[in-house]
Order: sequence, then C-alpha cells, then structure tokens
Amino acid sequence: MKPVFTVTKGMLPVSTSYCPGCTHGVAHRIIMETLDEMGLLGKTIGVAPIGCSVVAHQFMNVDMCEAAHGRAPAVASGIRRVHPDKVVFTYQGDGDLASIGMGEIVHAAARGEKFTTFFINNGIYGMTGGQMAPTTLIGQRSTTSVDGRSREQAGMPLKICELLATLDGPDYIERVSLDSPAHIRAAKKAVRKAFEYQVAGKGFTFVELLSTCPTNWGLTPTEAMKRMREEVTAYYPLGVYKDTGKEAE
Amino acid sequence: MSEKVLMKGNEAFAEAVIRGGVRFYFGYPITPQSEIPEFMSRELPKRGGKFLQAESELGAINMAYGCGAAGGNGFISSSSPGIALMQEGMSFLCGAEVPVTLLNVSRGGPGIGSIQPGQADYNQVTRGGGNGDYRIPVFAPASIQEAVDILYEAPSIADKYRNPVMVLADGLMGQMMEPVMLPEPKHAFTSEEIPAAKPWAISGSEKGERSVVKSLRLQPEVLEAHVEHLYEKYAEMEKELEKVECEGLEDAEVVFVAFGTMARLAREAMELLEAQGIKAGMIRPISLWPYPYRAFDGISQKTKAVISVELSMGQMLQDINLGVKGRVPVRLIHRVGGMLPTSLEVVEKTKKILEEVR
Repeated sequence: MKPVFTVTKGMLPVSTSYCPGCTHGVAHRIIMETLDEMGLLGKTIGVAPIGCSVVAHQFMNVDMCEAAHGRAPAVASGIRRVHPDKVVFTYQGDGDLASIGMGEIVHAAARGEKFTTFFINNGIYGMTGGQMAPTTLIGQRSTTSVDGRSREQAGMPLKICELLATLDGPDYIERVSLDSPAHIRAAKKAVRKAFEYQVAGKGFTFVELLSTCPTNWGLTPTEAMKRMREEVTAYYPLGVYKDTGKEAE
Repeated sequence: MSEKVLMKGNEAFAEAVIRGGVRFYFGYPITPQSEIPEFMSRELPKRGGKFLQAESELGAINMAYGCGAAGGNGFISSSSPGIALMQEGMSFLCGAEVPVTLLNVSRGGPGIGSIQPGQADYNQVTRGGGNGDYRIPVFAPASIQEAVDILYEAPSIADKYRNPVMVLADGLMGQMMEPVMLPEPKHAFTSEEIPAAKPWAISGSEKGERSVVKSLRLQPEVLEAHVEHLYEKYAEMEKELEKVECEGLEDAEVVFVAFGTMARLAREAMELLEAQGIKAGMIRPISLWPYPYRAFDGISQKTKAVISVELSMGQMLQDINLGVKGRVPVRLIHRVGGMLPTSLEVVEKTKKILEEVR
C-alpha cells in the first residue's frame, strides 16, 4: 500500500520547544520539507538566529550553526565563501533581522549574496517576553508599549520586503503568511522558488513569513490567526516584491 | 620555497598568513592596517582564496565565524577600536570553538584615540572584552620576521585548539620595512577536503553525523561542563604556547620588561646603560597570554628594580607584579597618545629610578 503521507526526514523526530499556536513549527516544516523534496538535505547549511528559534538546529535536520544576534547574514556570507556549491540559508526573527541585524541584512542583500533568508515576522520580541519590535504595529500592546505602540513615542514599523526591494542586489523577495492552509501552501511555493533560484546560481533570495505569537499577543491561537489575517496583512501586504526571473521573462 | 625579501610590515603579515594556509579574509578599513585588506584583495583571488570587505567590524568577525564554522581558514585584521567592536564575536568564536587568526595592529585610545602606535590594547586583548569565561592566545612579535614566523603558524594553532589566535603588532611594525625570510607555503584545505579534515565543521555534506556549531547551552550542568572543557584546553595552551625571551638576567642591576617595538627600544637603552657601567637585562614576553610569569623567577639577587617600558599607562604592570611576587620594586616608564620615548629618555628615567630604589 502506498502511504499518503510521510513525515519529512528534514525535521528531527523530536518535539519543538515552541508555544502552542506559534507558527515557527509550520515555517520549519515547510522549509525542511522543501529541501527534502528537492533532494538537498545533505547539501544544506543553515544559520539559526538569536530569539525563540535559536534552537532551530535541534529540529532542522541539516548542518547548522548559531549566529550572534542579528549577524546571521554575515555568518552565512562567510559560510558561502568556503562552500560555494552548497545550499545556505538563514532563519531570523524580526528583532534579530529588522533591529539589531539591519546592517548585515541590507549589505548581504546589496551584495547579492547567494543564500536565502527566511524572515519570521511576528511583530514582537518573543523569547525575551513580549517587548516591542521594530515591526510591532501602531496601537499594538507590548511589555514596552503597554498602552499600544505610538508613532510619537516609537516611530513607525519597518517594512523589510519593501525596503530590500529598493536594492539592486536581491533576485527574489516575497512576503507570505502562515495563517491558513491556502496561505501555507503558497508560502511553501515561495520557499521552493527561493531555493530553486539559489541552486540555479542566482543571488540573494528572501522570503518573509508573517507569523503568530499567541503567547505574547495575549490571544488564543485561533484569535492570533484571525489578527494576522485581518490586521497584520493590512499593514504588511502579501506578494512578490522582486523577482528577476519574472522580469526576465 | 622560502625566500628572502624586503617587505613592509603589513604586507609581510598578510603574505605570512596566506603561506600559513589562510584562504579567506574578512575586514573593514581602519588605519594603520589598511594595506592588509588591500593586499588580500589583490593576492587571495590569485591563490584560490576569497576576499570580502565587510560592512563593519561586526560583519567581519561574524563572517570569519561562519567561515571557521564551515571549516575554512579565515583571517581578520583590524586596529584597536575595530578590535573592540569584534569582542562579542570573539566570545562567540571561543564558546562555539571556531578557529580564526586575528591581527591587531594597535593604535592609541581610549575612544577613537589616534592613529599613532600604542600598546594600550594590552588589557583588551589579554583579558578579553567579550562576555563569559574564555581565553585567546596573544603573541606580540618584536620584528617583522618574528611576526611572519608567528602568523605562519597561527592558523595551525587556531585549528589545533579550535580557538581564535591573535597577533598584536603596533602601527610602527605595520608601517616599517625589514628584510624577511618567507616560509614555504603550507597546504590549504579545499572545500572538498573539509568534511574529512574537520568532521565537526558545518560543511553540508553527507558524512554520517550532522554537525552543529553553537555556543548556547541552556542547561546549567551542560554549560558548566562545556566551560570546564574549554578551560582544560586553555590549560594545555598555557603549557604549550608560552613564549618569552630573556637576556642578561644573571647580573642585571635593572631588568626591563617590554614587548613589541618597545622591546627594541629597551634593547637600545640596555646598550647605552652598559656603556655607563649599569648592567641591564630584559624579559621580553612574546606570548602575552599565556603570560610568561615563570621567567621572573630568573631575576637575580643583584636586581634592584624591574621596569616596564610600555606605550600605555602601565597595563602590563599587573602581570609583571604577578611574576615578580613582591621580590623587587616594580616601576614604569611609559609614553602614551602616540608619543614614543627615546632610548636616551629611557636611560635617564632608569637612572632616576635606580637612585630612588637604592
């Protein structure tokens, strides 16, 4: 009998440490399933960030290292110089990438570094307990903006896809969401496209995955999905922000 | 093939690490070492290597971390304020046991300080500015030849211990020219050779066991065991890497302690003092960590004072006192801010100190 579903070898057979309803698990799975389906598991090197997913290497079944806070794109640039023929990716949260690591991500993108960055944007510092992130929406409560983020006090949230799309270095930039089965399937397509571009020798590829943090949003997992679908995507529109493959067609 | 050539310090340093097996350079421009990235950008691509100019020193040290974690032999050079920015990275490299060769062509401080030579990085490089329990071997050569010999071996030492290794030069050494004998190039690992040569490295290859390079250890007992393991390694380094040169300690009335270019100046002062009938000796630490404390046991009964000659406000005095153990008065002759003492100035100050301690 042919099995209709098997668990990907890309994920190690252990429980993750992520909170119930958090979408890190979904993001991990679609990335690792894609590598598995493309036959790349034994040829891939991943870089984990600082944040909840610092432990991604305990779940993702490829060679991995941790990077200092925000420095994953620099670390991946170093790895890429040593192993020009492997698949390299970074997996980074919004505090890591959009705040402390802004210099590294912008320059890696501008250099057209041949690796893929998966940007998990849940609009909050999860691991440290729910502080305001550079991506926290106006009005959103956090432990450092208890009355809700205000423009006067903290400025405006950063739109990373839009910002990186102004650069000539990247080959592919897309924002996806993990709020529904249909969107998760679309997200997996984006992940695959990024890896396909990388294998084809193209430059920097970037997929932003809008994610939930029910624990620090103070919502149930279902409410968190609803908020992401309605409020978060309103500020962070889904879509392809750059695709040199398409432009060439 | 080894060959004798006349070279500027910074270029000789770069050539030495390439011959020592380095194929990857990451750096950010900073005076007085900018000839090194310039040289590397020209030379590495010709020799199967790669040069990458980083967006900052933070970028550079973390690129080197990625390179080392992936099994490559990386090299970074910078100068004092740039080295300060890299301290977080050095803590990560030590915690994750990633090798890299570092060169600090030091200048004046604090802050942006000056671009003139200085030795006020002593505490920064021997004590470390990063967080946690870690150590980095530091060598302070006094000639371009000695720097070349140390830099040639540094990548192998870094690989052996899976730890960063630092060479501390100063702006004077970087800029001066001296004849040097360049050693025969060592074999540099290709990316295909890495999985077998460094099975711990993240090489993205199907080698049986998956590799993870990390410094996070959330369980207290696991982190404790890891730090104990690091310190067993550091104990080995203390046994194997200590390097010192002692001169004329048997009958010296005064003993200078100096490293790098200040040792050359102290050497001149020794000759001038000898001509005036004062016997001077010298302890020249070549490794600043591990520090050659035992060398101070060679100081004789005849010695009236031990004098540190430094381009800092006496940062080495703490180590000297640990070596001297109160047996002889310890004094300091120093200039800072990029000012250098002359050998005559050292002679005069030494005579004053001797009068005072007699």
